[in-house]
Amino acid sequence: MKGRKGLLRFLPLSAMLLFLAGCGEDRLTALDPYGPQAQWIFDNMILSLYVMALVIIVVFTLFFIAVVKFRRKPGDDEIPKQVEGSKTLELTWTIIPIILLVILAVPTIAGTYYLAEEAPEAAGSSGEEEGEEAEEAAAEEGEDAVVIDVTGHQYWWQFDYPEGFTAGNEVYIPVDEKVWFNVTGNDVIHSFWVPALGGKIDTIPGVENSLWLQADEPGVYKGKCAELCGPSHALMDFKVVALERDEYDAWVDSMSQEEEAPEENSVAAEGRQVFEDQGCIGCHAVEGQGSAQGPALTNFADREYIAGVIDFNNENLEEWIRDPQSFKQGNNMQPYPDMSDEDMEAIIEYLNTLSVEDEE
Amino acid sequence: MATATATKDKSVLWDWLTTVDHKKLAVLYLIAGTLFFVKAGMMALFMRIQLMSAENDFLTGQTFNELITMHGTIMLFLAATPLIFAFMNFVIPLQIGARDVAFPFVNALGFWIFFFGGLLLSVSWFFGGGPDAGWTAYVPLSSGEYADLGLDFYVVGLQVSGIGTLVSAINFIVTIINMRAPGMTMMRMPLFCWTGLVVSILIVFAFTPLAAGLALLMLDRIFGGQFFIPDMGGNAVLWQHIFWIFGHPEVYILVLPAFGIISEVIPAFSRKRLFGYTAMVFATLVIAFLGFMVWVHHMFTVGLGPITNSVFAIATMGIAVPTGIKIFNWLFTMWGGKITFNTAMLCASSFVPTFVLGGVTGVMLAMVPVDYLYHDTYFVVAHFHYIIIGGIVLGLLAGTYYWYPKMFGHKLNEKLGILMFWLFYIGFHMTFFIQHILGLIGMPRRVYTYLEGQGMETMNLVSSIGSFVMGAAILVLIINVVYSAFNSERITVNDPWDARTLEWSTPTPIPEYNFAQTPQVRSLDPWFYEKVHGDGTMKPAEPMTDIHMPNGSILPFVIGLGLFIWGFGMIMINMDDTIVPPFLVIGTGVILTFGSMLIRSIKEDHGYHIPLEQVKKIEKEVS
Repeated sequence: MKGRKGLLRFLPLSAMLLFLAGCGEDRLTALDPYGPQAQWIFDNMILSLYVMALVIIVVFTLFFIAVVKFRRKPGDDEIPKQVEGSKTLELTWTIIPIILLVILAVPTIAGTYYLAEEAPEAAGSSGEEEGEEAEEAAAEEGEDAVVIDVTGHQYWWQFDYPEGFTAGNEVYIPVDEKVWFNVTGNDVIHSFWVPALGGKIDTIPGVENSLWLQADEPGVYKGKCAELCGPSHALMDFKVVALERDEYDAWVDSMSQEEEAPEENSVAAEGRQVFEDQGCIGCHAVEGQGSAQGPALTNFADREYIAGVIDFNNENLEEWIRDPQSFKQGNNMQPYPDMSDEDMEAIIEYLNTLSVEDEE
Repeated sequence: MATATATKDKSVLWDWLTTVDHKKLAVLYLIAGTLFFVKAGMMALFMRIQLMSAENDFLTGQTFNELITMHGTIMLFLAATPLIFAFMNFVIPLQIGARDVAFPFVNALGFWIFFFGGLLLSVSWFFGGGPDAGWTAYVPLSSGEYADLGLDFYVVGLQVSGIGTLVSAINFIVTIINMRAPGMTMMRMPLFCWTGLVVSILIVFAFTPLAAGLALLMLDRIFGGQFFIPDMGGNAVLWQHIFWIFGHPEVYILVLPAFGIISEVIPAFSRKRLFGYTAMVFATLVIAFLGFMVWVHHMFTVGLGPITNSVFAIATMGIAVPTGIKIFNWLFTMWGGKITFNTAMLCASSFVPTFVLGGVTGVMLAMVPVDYLYHDTYFVVAHFHYIIIGGIVLGLLAGTYYWYPKMFGHKLNEKLGILMFWLFYIGFHMTFFIQHILGLIGMPRRVYTYLEGQGMETMNLVSSIGSFVMGAAILVLIINVVYSAFNSERITVNDPWDARTLEWSTPTPIPEYNFAQTPQVRSLDPWFYEKVHGDGTMKPAEPMTDIHMPNGSILPFVIGLGLFIWGFGMIMINMDDTIVPPFLVIGTGVILTFGSMLIRSIKEDHGYHIPLEQVKKIEKEVS
């Protein structure tokens, strides 16, 4: 699958590109594709680079010959021949670019339709134009194609699973399957982008868009918001966690389970009480209880980052709860600067118990 | 006829405030454009300092967003446009052998309205911060719910300055169609005039949708309208369509005159006529036409469906063909010529390969599915800076060094010029080439920071250093202007470059009436033709008589000021406490604006005549 990457070595930048592709555990760069969509995009980018390299070489060669060869020598007052133009040449540099563009136009259109493939259910009900194709796809994918509803918020991501639970900022998907994302925006326009897996799609309030992605390997893929959405636009990161199908099913099961109350009289139970008393639950749902104004915290302790960008440790968590604006300017979380140390300790303890991985 | 005559005892300031002379307005445009350019350039440097290292906290996200918005808005509307207009104002009447533009009063009006509109946008910093939704001002981020007062300044300021741009454009269309000297047929017109004509038409068709869109957004923001608010049944995508129907042609509005400048400078310093003149004219027309057919390529990720995306992808690719024709025609103009490399020619010739680099990434962006990767990343930032700096700014620099002696009576220093060019050119590639890769490894545009460990630190540092090298180049240019003003040799000849077009047949400095007798044009490149086939002077097309000139007027300035006050009053509606009620301010502005128009309408002003004797005296002095 990654055979085409060898092509890159012939480009002057390849060394740097490959080096960068290796950086970090979380997969981010689009130069190291991990799914069929990303691979398609990458291959066609390389194709267009070859065509463009041809154009650049021709123009640069002509340019450098012209500027070296046709310099005016000092004292040379002769007027060069005044050439009006040349029909043959004009035709040449009209027709050849047209041919080059056709070479690029064909995969462009094919790819536009390939990437626009709709989710099996959605296409089945709406499809007139793409009816047949969609039916075929539906047959291929079977009934259990994963369709996740994505909502962009300032500055976090809400992922609603068909099983009825909600996840915030981290979306789990099964590997080797097309997963559909139906995206929309809650407040302003955001853009949903996982560079290593594929293209981006805007999340627009009042509009529902759809995108499919597929991961070929289990792992963590970084996602970003790509449309300016306010002061903390740069910090609106999320993660795609790709799991083998059976692990994924297990994860879905544990996310769907009823809440297990923390052991009575433990610090965590106290924390749960604080969580309710302080009104946290008014925005953050835990295992289906509470509203979805803020990210759901059902699997909070499984996350690597707080709020998508801050290293997960208790000190940062405390600081985040006391003054969220200091990390993410303009976010909508209510600050709790005066929470007592006891309450804070309890709530952090409680938040640290919110994991679904332990239960497996 | 002469009801008033020019008085000689006007103060310098009054003279510049009331001038309707296209040459002086060109200088005003040049100064205003340069000031805005330097201001927006400084903003870019602040942004590059912020992005120099990962998780830097030099600027907050909010300030950064205000800077990106103002940088983009100022550069396009208040820097590039007036600088282009400076050259169009100065050069077009001279190149077509006219004494001035068709409507000198309207020309001054256009400048002052533009200027006060720009000022209105700029004062936003004193009222709680600049606009912060990007120069594209996508709703809902720019709606009343998410954006503060800054966006009101954006909406109203751009509307005012847009009126100025529109009236100037209409003036240029009339001038170019009606005021050409005898013998100057359309197909003998210098390419710069052609591009001037085409962009003026583009402005008329592109700035009107912008004005409409801004008016709708103003209704939403100030009067509680709901055109773009999804919760109320409005449509957020509608704004993007309106904006880009204006926004894409805007790119061509700026780059086509740059093409025009290049098409003047390259033949002049290659001592060869423009290769494929006819093809160049038609390529310009085709680019302008297609420019209106491609706006959706800014919106491929909006989810308009594969049919729409495919159609616009093909249209976008189509633009590469006429642009390619231009590139090769420039190359073959140099081919076989005798090229002199001074600063103007360095800028003009290096434009060709640089613009190709920006053009090829443009074609790559047209490939819809691959654009899903490039869109809204640093790849796009790199692409359009290659077009705007590698295209427009290099063109403007070439034009500056080329026409400077005609405008100011002395050349710019060549040594400083060449130093500036190399600093600028190296700094530019250092800043922007590497940004292509930043985009591909996952850096979205308009981010005020990036996290450590994503492999972006080194490349951002390189880019930041490059931007400072470019800043140094602009500093050298400013030093050059000051240095040359005091130390450069005065130009006493008409034609210091041994150039080809009609503006070089006028004496330096140019008398206010440009041509004592309207010249008879006998060929493309008429001045070169007379030098080779004639006696080196233009044949007059009319006897020498009294010359009719327009009077200066303060009214354009007052109308501009009136619109400024009116616009400010509109914004005051959204302010919390105001010292005076907004409607009082609006009323003052309206009275000033329409009062001035009324005075203009009822006051008879037939201009004045320069008597024949005086014309003869002036001509003797300058020759």
